[in-house]
Amino acid sequence: MDISFALTGKGYVIVAADTTAARSIVKMKVDEDKIKVLSPHLLMAYSGEPGDTVQFAEYIERNIRLYHIRNTYALRPPSAASWIRRSLADSLRSRRPYAVNLLVGGYDTSTHTPHLYWIDYLGTMSEVPFAAHGYGAYFALSLLDRYHDPEASVEEGLATLRRCLDEVAKRLVVTPEKYKVKIVDKDGVREVEI
Amino acid sequence: MARRYDSRTTIFSPEGRLYQIEYAMEAISHAGIVIGARSKDGVVLAAEKKVTGKLLDMSGAKGQSYGGSGEKIFLLNSNIIGGVAGITADANSLINYARQAAQRHLFMYNEDIPVELLAQRLCDLKQGYTQYGGLRPFGVSLLYAGYDPHYHFQLYHSDPSGNYSGWKATCIGANNGTATSLLKQDYKEDISVADAIELVLKVMSKTMDSTTLGSEKLEFATLTLDAEKKPKAKIFNPAEIDALLHKHGLAKKDEERDVAAPVPSDQTL
Repeated sequence: MDISFALTGKGYVIVAADTTAARSIVKMKVDEDKIKVLSPHLLMAYSGEPGDTVQFAEYIERNIRLYHIRNTYALRPPSAASWIRRSLADSLRSRRPYAVNLLVGGYDTSTHTPHLYWIDYLGTMSEVPFAAHGYGAYFALSLLDRYHDPEASVEEGLATLRRCLDEVAKRLVVTPEKYKVKIVDKDGVREVEI
Repeated sequence: MARRYDSRTTIFSPEGRLYQIEYAMEAISHAGIVIGARSKDGVVLAAEKKVTGKLLDMSGAKGQSYGGSGEKIFLLNSNIIGGVAGITADANSLINYARQAAQRHLFMYNEDIPVELLAQRLCDLKQGYTQYGGLRPFGVSLLYAGYDPHYHFQLYHSDPSGNYSGWKATCIGANNGTATSLLKQDYKEDISVADAIELVLKVMSKTMDSTTLGSEKLEFATLTLDAEKKPKAKIFNPAEIDALLHKHGLAKKDEERDVAAPVPSDQTL
């Protein structure tokens, strides 16, 4: 039931994910953070099989951090996304694959460009201007297609995200009550209320 | 008993030295010189080929192959060229290792390997031979001239002990003391790649044994950015080297020039 959205704009990427942790029909908590900060300019929203998600996200987080410590600079978003995809693809071909879907958003400080990658549990990856995972995707992608602007300011970007969240709240049978929203730009990562 | 601490790579002498490593470095200081210089818009490598007997068949090296046709300068990855000084057979094995390491990085991260990371990979291997015994260390020093988005143009040097360091301009091989002091004198901050080419050729002509430079004695390569800001490595072929030397007034006089190496008319710089 996880829902996550992400969209790029002028020099930033916004990543949003619901905060519900559920098991079967029971809502366990409503303040779960499903967006990991992998490096100073990199975010990853994860969803999928409970257990797999946290395990895989922490594995990625630690390895990206290790690269940063070893080399003094962090992996750039395209390289980090490629490595994450590779990890998922290798996992898929193992005895017990991870079933995790990801949105990786980052700001490349060497080329000054935002990057967003849509990755699914099969190891499919594509660089996109906006993306969604989960049931939210059915309602939001058409909205994003209509309203997304790669040159939009942060305020305009957040307004577009707001539209998506409202549409999900209006139409989805079981709608999440809260979302966590994080923005990554040249200054790094920050969390915003929506 | 003078050889007590000589024969094994991993044993310290009472003065705390590793003789085999020092001997390996000695081997390098007899090899043909390799000079590198870094500028804000490119890196330059030049190397002296030592033995060129008249009967050595170099006809295969006339054309330009992807990895460089020479003995001293090689393409390690699309963003890095390497210059080697020392035992050629050891160097070939290290170059193979470097190319593999670079491709492994490309496979894992879908990006060209950062220059320092490649230098580290080779140094990890070289350092291993100073600690795990029974074998001889690599008798090779390398210069890495490369580009990556993190630190842009870079020049690194590594030696048989596994030490590496970054430089604005440096050299390895025979007469490296003379060449270093010449580089110190003439290197300026913020030089362009054209200045770096001139500097390297000038230092080369002053440190090499022979009075005139020619493509049969010299290897040359540059790394710059192309129109799309992608790194572009260029290892010069013999005709291009002769044309370059001619341009800088360092070439042989026409009557001395080898009959076998005329400048083809379709070759431009």
